[in-house]
Order: sequence, then structure tokens, then C-alpha cells
Amino acid sequence: MLRWIWAIPLLPLAGFLANGLLGRRLSKRAIGTIACGAVLASFLLSVGAVVALSGAGEDLGAGGGPSLRWDPEHRRAQVTVGTWIPASAAGALAVDWGFVLDPLSAVMILVVTGVGFLIHVYSIGYMHDDPGYARYFAYLNLFMAMMLTLVLGSSYVVLFVGWEGVGLCSYLLIGFWYQDVAKATAGMKAFLVNRIGDFGFMLGMLLMFVHFGTLDIQTVAAGAGGAGAAVTLIALLLFVGATGKSAQVPLYVWLPDAMAGPTPVSALIHAATMVTAGVYMVARSSVVYVNAPAALATVAVVGAATAFLAATIALVQSDIKKVLAYSTVSQLGYMFLACGVGAFSAGIFHLVTHAFFKALLFLGAGSVIHAMSGEQEMPRMGGLRAHLPATYRTMLIGALALAGIPPLAGFFSKDEILGKAWEDGHLWLWMMGSVTALLTAFYVFRLIYLTFFGAPRMSAEARHHLHESPGVMTVPLWILAVLSAAGGLLGLPAALGFGNFLEGWLEPALASPPAHTAAEGSGHAAAGGHVWLLVVAALIAVAGWAVARTLYQARPETPARIAARAGGLYRVLKGKYFVDEIYQAVFVRSFFGGAWALDRFDRHVVDGTVNGSGAGVQIAGQIVKLFHTGYVRNYALSFFLGVVFILWFLLVR
Amino acid sequence: MSLEALPLEMIVFVITAAVAAVAALLVVLHRNPVVNAVALIVNLACLAVFFLLLRAPFLAAVQVIVYAGAIMVLFLFVIMLLDLKAELHPPRAGAFQRVMAVFAGAAFLSLMVLAMRRSRSTFAMKEVADAGHGTVERVAEEMFRNHLVSFELASVLLLVAMVGALVIARAFAETPDSQEPSA
Amino acid sequence: MRPPTEWYLAIAALLFTIGVVGVLARRNAIVIFMSIELMLNAVNLTLVAYADSFGASDAQVFVFFVMAVAAAEAAVGLAIILAIFRRRRSTSVDDVNLLKW
Repeated sequence: MLRWIWAIPLLPLAGFLANGLLGRRLSKRAIGTIACGAVLASFLLSVGAVVALSGAGEDLGAGGGPSLRWDPEHRRAQVTVGTWIPASAAGALAVDWGFVLDPLSAVMILVVTGVGFLIHVYSIGYMHDDPGYARYFAYLNLFMAMMLTLVLGSSYVVLFVGWEGVGLCSYLLIGFWYQDVAKATAGMKAFLVNRIGDFGFMLGMLLMFVHFGTLDIQTVAAGAGGAGAAVTLIALLLFVGATGKSAQVPLYVWLPDAMAGPTPVSALIHAATMVTAGVYMVARSSVVYVNAPAALATVAVVGAATAFLAATIALVQSDIKKVLAYSTVSQLGYMFLACGVGAFSAGIFHLVTHAFFKALLFLGAGSVIHAMSGEQEMPRMGGLRAHLPATYRTMLIGALALAGIPPLAGFFSKDEILGKAWEDGHLWLWMMGSVTALLTAFYVFRLIYLTFFGAPRMSAEARHHLHESPGVMTVPLWILAVLSAAGGLLGLPAALGFGNFLEGWLEPALASPPAHTAAEGSGHAAAGGHVWLLVVAALIAVAGWAVARTLYQARPETPARIAARAGGLYRVLKGKYFVDEIYQAVFVRSFFGGAWALDRFDRHVVDGTVNGSGAGVQIAGQIVKLFHTGYVRNYALSFFLGVVFILWFLLVR
Repeated sequence: MSLEALPLEMIVFVITAAVAAVAALLVVLHRNPVVNAVALIVNLACLAVFFLLLRAPFLAAVQVIVYAGAIMVLFLFVIMLLDLKAELHPPRAGAFQRVMAVFAGAAFLSLMVLAMRRSRSTFAMKEVADAGHGTVERVAEEMFRNHLVSFELASVLLLVAMVGALVIARAFAETPDSQEPSA
Repeated sequence: MRPPTEWYLAIAALLFTIGVVGVLARRNAIVIFMSIELMLNAVNLTLVAYADSFGASDAQVFVFFVMAVAAAEAAVGLAIILAIFRRRRSTSVDDVNLLKW
């Protein structure tokens, strides 16, 4: 079974080709079946491969065949399908099409294909009336293929192929309704901002090649120890790429705009999978980062800062999808915070739980928007609880998970991050994370109360159209709700006496910083201290909920008063710290200026030269034309002048 | 004929040269075509004088008879026939043409002078050991002995020219806006 | 005292140049013709001068032939001018300008 892991990205690729090339001629039912079927097949194959992986012992290498390499110490199976760039000379770059299944990529493929499948099913209902049905599913399948390539790649180059591919699909899907200029522009913004990050990533890869002579992940990891300053630089550059892809400061600005795309796209790409690629990459390169403490610290600080900042913005947004978008940015910050303190498995744990509840929240929001006939502004919602019961209940579960209320999944994963931060002595980071947790609970319940409670604030006509979503949309919601509720079982904390299953499973694949391993011992001893951390985290979450309840349900007139009293702060938060405007003024304007200058140069100098040469020939022709007077006498004069010239030349020379 | 060592030749030469030059200028510059033709006749006569001075009496005679006598008369006939007025309207080919013509001519003349100065052969004149030089007999001897074919061809040429002239001049005689020449 | 041969050559060159200027500067076809005759005569003079200085008779034969050809040319040329004049009532050479751009 392990030999077939290369087929996992290939099945959705086949689905993309089928729907992309033949979509116009297929019925909607066929298109949906092909797309979902491809992902389902990928999911089943992934399950089988992971089962095989977990049961594999020392002897796998013998029977696996020549293309399968098995590393029992790291529980790592690599299948090489072919050679991409053959080694042309000693020291030249050689890249193979290699796919690796180890505990880390196992987790990723299960999440990607599992949640991806649910979202594909949901999309059948959500996009049912859209004329670009086939194109949508083709792009979605292509995305799946690229994401799986990213996650399974054995070389940074293969990873980068997937990295770029998901960026492309993100652009295609954000700007899916491209006839709307604003939406198309949002797609471009995502792509361009990502590109800046990609540039950092590529520089990191180049430096990596210069230093290590290869871009194979395992080889680089083996040689990362004791490489000094170069490793730090590489780690930082790769992190720049992660900043772009996973929407951290300062390259997060594309994610809120990406909400222009269809909501299932937001759920899949901008919540569960693509944006987590940066976290995956950092975890995959854990050995590199562990050897570069400065870079690791940077990751942690950036993650914590992003988490806090994004949460503050989410407090006052009125568009339901924007709240969720900033929430995603914030939660991604948590994941990077975890990696930054060396708790890579905690980061991955949060990645998994976040995929569940954030996808759930987005799909639920999609259901709300669908019911409201396209309305996304919460001030115009309210009282939907009665009309959309299934949506309400599932979204409530998602909200509880996001807020970190025990015993749902979010509580355990968020707590593990904060716990590890506290244990390693990063008190400021813990403080920031906890405050952000308070804000998180607050804004997510604000969302719930504004949307589902209170008096309905919509127009009568909109109220008339309210309807619960069809089963094809609500069933995935329920499945995700169950996962959000029970997902905590994956990583029950050691402090309470449980074995942390996920941490143990991931241990062969991830590195730990030396200080951390030392603290592990003391951590167990301080298990008692960890318990009160759990209690504090739970209390914070409940407190956040309580404040939200007060402001939005018990005394709904309060938020307006607070906004009036803290007018300036409110405006800054609502305007998202005007970061977009600053970027526009500082960067975009100057680039436009440069582009304008280059355009001028191209048009006037380059084209001018070409046109000028044409004009020059024309002018020369006009001049020479004057010689054709038609008068024989003039021609005779020319003859004679020629004779004179020849004579002069011969005589005078 | 023998030549006498008198400055007479020089004087004749200078006068004839002056007249020839003036006549040539008249040919080229005067407006009236009749004046041009007559000036050319004068010029040809001067040339005949030169031929005499240069011990070519036969050629001098031929010059006067054929050139001045026949060809120029032909010119005058045509001028009279066409009843040309003097050139009235300003030239259309540009005044630049005239200026350049003069300049080119001057350049050419100076180059000729330069060439003459450069040439190394000394024109030592053969003294009159050769008494028959230039006589009819000598010329005839030369022509019929060494250049007989050319002579025959020349006569054919004249025949062709005659026929051609007749044909061309007559072919257009049937045009309604012209007078019928006497066949 | 005979004039040196160079003088004859000089006057011939002068006549030739005047003839050239005439060909190039005049519009009337007949006058152009006359200028051509002038040029031919200048050449004849040159030939005779050389014949005299080298004592060669074939130069004089050459001159004879030149005259014959000049006669033939004059006859045909004038016939052509006549024919053209009958058509268009003008002898201006500038009328032949169909090659003008």
C-alpha cells in the first residue's frame, strides 16, 4: 500500500483534467461525482497508507521494492517515481519526483483529503446554481492535487511545486467570479503578496543549495547541525515564504480580501489547508529551525504578534466572513507561536483542530449567506436561530471549539501551545496568547449572537427567503461538528494523566530544541503546575463568552456606546490599522511609479527606437525620392558629376 | 606645305581661339536659337582654321563642307521649320541645375588642366620631315589601307541614318495638326 | 613660332566644358543638340592636335569618322525632334518627366 502514495496527489489531478477538459459536456451530477469521487479515492488511499505506515516494522524495506525506501527510525517511507532534474555534474542540482509518507505527512494528507472531501460535497449544494460549476470543481481538484504534492514532497523543490500550485489555485478560486473587477483584483492581490513571500522562499532554497549542495529534505536535515549562521539565514528566508502563504505579519493582507471567493473556497483554502502550508513547511524543516535559535525566536514572536493583532481587528468587523478571516490569521499565529517555542507537534495539533472548526465555521457562514440570499453583513442579520436550526447548532459547536471551551478540540490544542510556552519560560508570549484567547472567545460569540440571536434586522423580503440549507450542505457541517467536538482526543494533555497520542505519533518526524528536551523532564515534574494552566485557559474562554453575552444579548445597546466613547480606537480597529492603505501609499504607489516609468521607457525609447528606425527609413526615402525628378537634364547632371568625381579620384586621390 | 617660323601663327591662333570661345559661349548662353546656330557655325569655322594650323588641310575642308555646310544648314532648316520662340517660361528642372552645371564644368576644366600638367610625355613636335602629313593622299592611304572596314561601316551607317530620318519624319506626317512635308 | 600643342588641348578642353554646360543647362532640345556638336568638335580638335604632334595619320582618320557619325546622329536626332514637336508643340526637354516621383 505504501508503494502507491504517489497516486494520492494524482487522483485529484485526474479529476481536474476530466472536469477541466470535458466539463462543458458533462452533466452537473457527473461533474460533482468525478470531483468528489477523486477526493474520496484519495482519502481512502491515504487512510490505507497511514494504516500501513503505523503497522510497518523493521522489515518493510525488504519487500517494498526498489523504488520504496524505508527508514524505520523516523518511520519514513519514500517512493521515488522518477527523476526530474538529473545530476548533470558533480555538485549540480539533482531533483527526483519523490513522495514521502511519515507521521507528519500522514496527518496532513488525512486532514487535507478528509476535510477536502467534506467541502467538495458541501460545494455541490452551494455552487449548484453557478454557471461556472465545472470550472469550480476543476480548480478545486487541482488545488487538492497541488496541496497533496506540497505535503508529500521529498525535496524542497517538489514542495515548492505544490506551494506555487496552491498559490495559483488560490488566485483562480478567489477571482472565480472574475467578471466583478473587485473580486478579480482580490485574486491578484493574493497572488502578488504570496509572490513576495515566494521570493523569500526561493532565496532560502538557493542559499540552501549553496550551503548543502542539495534540496532533498532529508539530506538537508541530516546536515543541518552545526552549520552556523547560514542555517539561520535559510530558516528566516523560508519563514518569509511562510509569512506570505500563511498570512502572518506583514504579508497577511491578502487573506481578508480573499473572502471575495466562494465560501467553500474560503473554508478549504483559507482555513483548513493552503494557509497551513507554511506551518507544515516549518514543521517539516524542524531540524533546520532547531539549529537556528534566532530564527525560531523570530517565528514565535511574529506568530504571537500576528495572533494578537488579528484578533483585535476581528473584534469590530461587521462582515461575517471578514471576522472569520482575521480569526484564521490569528489562529495561524498560534501555530507559528507553537513552532517558535519548539513545540512543533502542538502547532500541528492546533492545525488539525483548527481545520475542523474553522472549516465548520466558514461552511456555516456559507449556509447563513446562502439563506440570506447573499447578505454577508451581520448588522443586517439577527434571529436566525429559529430559521436555520442545523446551521445554528453546528456553528455553535464550532464557536465553542474556537473559543477554547473545554472539552472541545480547540481547548486542548490551544492549551497545549500556551502550556508549552509557559513551560519554556516564555512568559510574555504566554501572556499575549492568553489575552488573544480572551479576545478570540469574545469575537466568536459576538458573531454568534449578532447572527443568530436578537431581533431580526433584515428586510422583510430577505426574511421571506430564509431557508435552511439542503442536506448535502448540512451533513458535512455535522461531520465537522463531531470532529470539532471530539478532536481533542488526539492530544489529551499529559498533565491530566493521559498519553498525548498525537505528540507520540509525530515524535519520529519532528525535532526538538535542546533546551526543550531538558525541560521535558522538569515539565513532567511540573505537571501539577500545568493543571492550573488548564483551568486558567478555560476561565479565560468562559470570560470571553460572558462579555460577549453581556454586550450583545443582555444589553445590546452597549456596543454602540462603547464605540462612541472610544471613537478613535474603534475607527483604527475597524480600519484594520489602515495597513492596506499604508501599503498602498508606500509600496504600491512606488511600484506603479516605477512601472509607469518603465512603461514610458518601453513605449517611447524602445518602441521609439524601432518606430524611429522605420521613420528614419521613411525620411531617408523621402530625401532620396527627391532625386527622382523625372527630368533628364538632372540625370545627365548626375552622370557628369560622377565622371568629374572619378576623374578627381584618379587624378587627385 | 612648309611652315614659316613667324609669330604669325601665334597671332592667328590667339585671335581664332578668342573668337571660338566667344562663339561657343554664344551658342550656350543666348536665348535666340538662330543666334545659337549661327554662333555655332562661326565656331566651326574657327575650328577649321585650327585644323589648317595643325597641318590637317583635308580635315579643314571636310569640316567646312560637311559640318558647317551641311549639318548646320540642317539645324537651321529645322529651327526655321519649327518656328521656335525664345525660351519663355522659367525652367522647371530647378535653378539649382544651372548652378551645378556651371560648377561641374569648372571642376571638370580644372581637372583637365591638372591632367595636362601631370602628363609626362613631351610634345616634341616632329619637324617637317614628314611633308605629306595631313594631305588627302596621306589620309586616304591611311584610311583605305588600315581602316577599310570602318569606312564601309560608316557608309552603311549613313545609309541607315538617312532611311531612319526619312521614316521618323514622315511617319508622323499623317497627324492632323501638322503640315504635310513634301515627300 | 608654333603654338605648343598644350594650347590646342587647352582650348579644346574649354570648348568641351562649355558644351557640357550647354547640354546641362539649356531646355531647348535643339540647342542641347548644338551643344553636343560643340563637344564633338572639341574632341576632334584634340585628336587633330595629337595627330599633328605625333605625326600620326590615323588620328585624322578617326576625326573623319567622327564627323560622319556626327552627321548621321544630327540627321536622326533632328528628325526625332521634329516628330515630337509635331505632337506636343514644344521642344522643352523638361516635358519628358513621367519618371517623376
